[in-house]
Amino acid sequence: MATINGGSSASRPGPPVAEAGLAVEFCGIELRHPVINGSGTFDAIAARRAFGDALLDQFPFSAFVSKTITPEPRVGNPPPRLWETPSGLINSIGLPNKGLAGFLEHDLPQLAELPVPLIVSVMATSQDQFAELVEGVASREEVAALELNVSCPNVESGLIVGESPEEARSLLRRLRPLTTKPLIVKLTPNIADPLPVAAAAEEGGADAVSLINTLRAAALAPGSSESWLGGGTGGLSGAAVRSVALAQIRAVAAAVELPVIAMGGISSGREAAELTAAGARIVAIGTESFRDPAAGSRIAAELAGELARNPG
Amino acid sequence: MTLSRSPKLGERVPAPFGRRLCRVTRNLESGGYRIFSAVDPAGPEPAAGQFYMLAAERGWGGDSGRPYLARAFSVADAARADGGLRLDFLVQAVGPGTSRLAGLEAGEGLWIHGPLGRPFSEPARVSEAAAGAILVGGGIGVAPLAIWRRQLLAAGIPSRVLLGFRDRENSGGLDLFDCSEIRLASEDGHTGHRGYVTDLLGVLLEGDDAGSAAVYACGPPAMLEAVRVMCSERGVSCELAMEAPMACGFGACFGCAIPQARGGYMRLCVDGPVVRGDEIETALVKGSGH
Repeated sequence: MATINGGSSASRPGPPVAEAGLAVEFCGIELRHPVINGSGTFDAIAARRAFGDALLDQFPFSAFVSKTITPEPRVGNPPPRLWETPSGLINSIGLPNKGLAGFLEHDLPQLAELPVPLIVSVMATSQDQFAELVEGVASREEVAALELNVSCPNVESGLIVGESPEEARSLLRRLRPLTTKPLIVKLTPNIADPLPVAAAAEEGGADAVSLINTLRAAALAPGSSESWLGGGTGGLSGAAVRSVALAQIRAVAAAVELPVIAMGGISSGREAAELTAAGARIVAIGTESFRDPAAGSRIAAELAGELARNPG
Repeated sequence: MTLSRSPKLGERVPAPFGRRLCRVTRNLESGGYRIFSAVDPAGPEPAAGQFYMLAAERGWGGDSGRPYLARAFSVADAARADGGLRLDFLVQAVGPGTSRLAGLEAGEGLWIHGPLGRPFSEPARVSEAAAGAILVGGGIGVAPLAIWRRQLLAAGIPSRVLLGFRDRENSGGLDLFDCSEIRLASEDGHTGHRGYVTDLLGVLLEGDDAGSAAVYACGPPAMLEAVRVMCSERGVSCELAMEAPMACGFGACFGCAIPQARGGYMRLCVDGPVVRGDEIETALVKGSGH
């Protein structure tokens, strides 16, 4: 696979004028604007094959969040993996990735060439495995922060970490001493009330929370009672989830001191501004990047316009 | 007007980053299908087999909230035109996205990103004695073979074109081909050979020179699978332009995965949509052909 050609970010063009005044500090990381990507919604290595060096020159996000890494390689779910809904998309991808060793050897050197800070998403099914991932990833100087994908069961307790305040608090207390780098907890929306888990993450020593992950969803094969998706069920994203995201983000931002990364159906600067007004420090783009690969840059520029009209 | 470099035959052409707004210039009936054209103001000339993600500027996500995502379309032809590069696409209205695209009118806006993906590759053995390229198309899948036929001709590589259709309603796109050498098949017998296009391929592959042929196919999964098996049994190289449900077109969504022969999955948008027959176990991929 082609590696991303070197060259320091200093040789790249500076941010467009429209981004002026958008710089934001997030967990000690300086970001040139408040728009990043959601984990698993943008593969910078594949995008470089499609768009060439133009991707680096016009990189749409102010930080890049990797696809979730697991301890061992995963091939992902059998197809079909997608279903379009009214104003939304159900995906059932199944976290394909090269595993920790494959990521560190093959992907990290290429991602490190991106002109923005790198946040690595990790997921495991036990605290020991989570610890292995955090130690393996956080020790690399190319990595600015880690996001913990906790939408998975702990095989030891059978509980989904992101659905249990006790599990979340316990996991954070285990991981916190392993690194001084920011630990972001990705909250699941598939729970009656996200506040106790967010508060538990804060108590356990998390530096930030991000939400919302996708909403559990299903699709049937046409004319059938069978699931269309090879993985059985999937997660809903896109404009269809925006109002749910707003409710949960607003509630969590009011309840915890931690900075919040807001995501869920954002497709414009106005929608991003709505979520920052609701308490988010920065926002993340997911499905909209599928529709418009440069959506991150567009939304950042639109957000600048929104904030100029409605400061504070 | 400046002419951009034509792509080297079979070379993947990278896309400009981001989407571009194009102007639709025409929308023509072509049998049971439609050929619509839009002028790309800033994109490079695509390689045959590459595709674009398309979404109408207006009326995308109509009353029902669909279509929501852009739709992947193989480019059927491309030519320099006033204001940029004219791109031709072949469409049959079968769902909310294809219906909206089939209804595009001249002057409307069309968002595109592309060209994307891996194109057809140049035949390995090209000589006077070689059988040359055999292009096998089925239904709406004839589209990428039109531009491939033209690019092969320009490179001086002989090609034969075999196209098959189900019936009169599910046929069209012949306007994209400016040659009289097309051999046709139809399941209902309304044109050409009554039967499958693979019947015609079978005859060509009986020839003494079949081993030096290179088969390129695009069409419904059952046709592609038949082509793949026929070529595999005869030791003939073949490339298949495939499809799968696809949200992004540039490797971001991981949705268009299909099983590959060496295990695991490939993403059709970046590892395809053109794949060699020996790279896959089967062309009968669940979720394709919808």
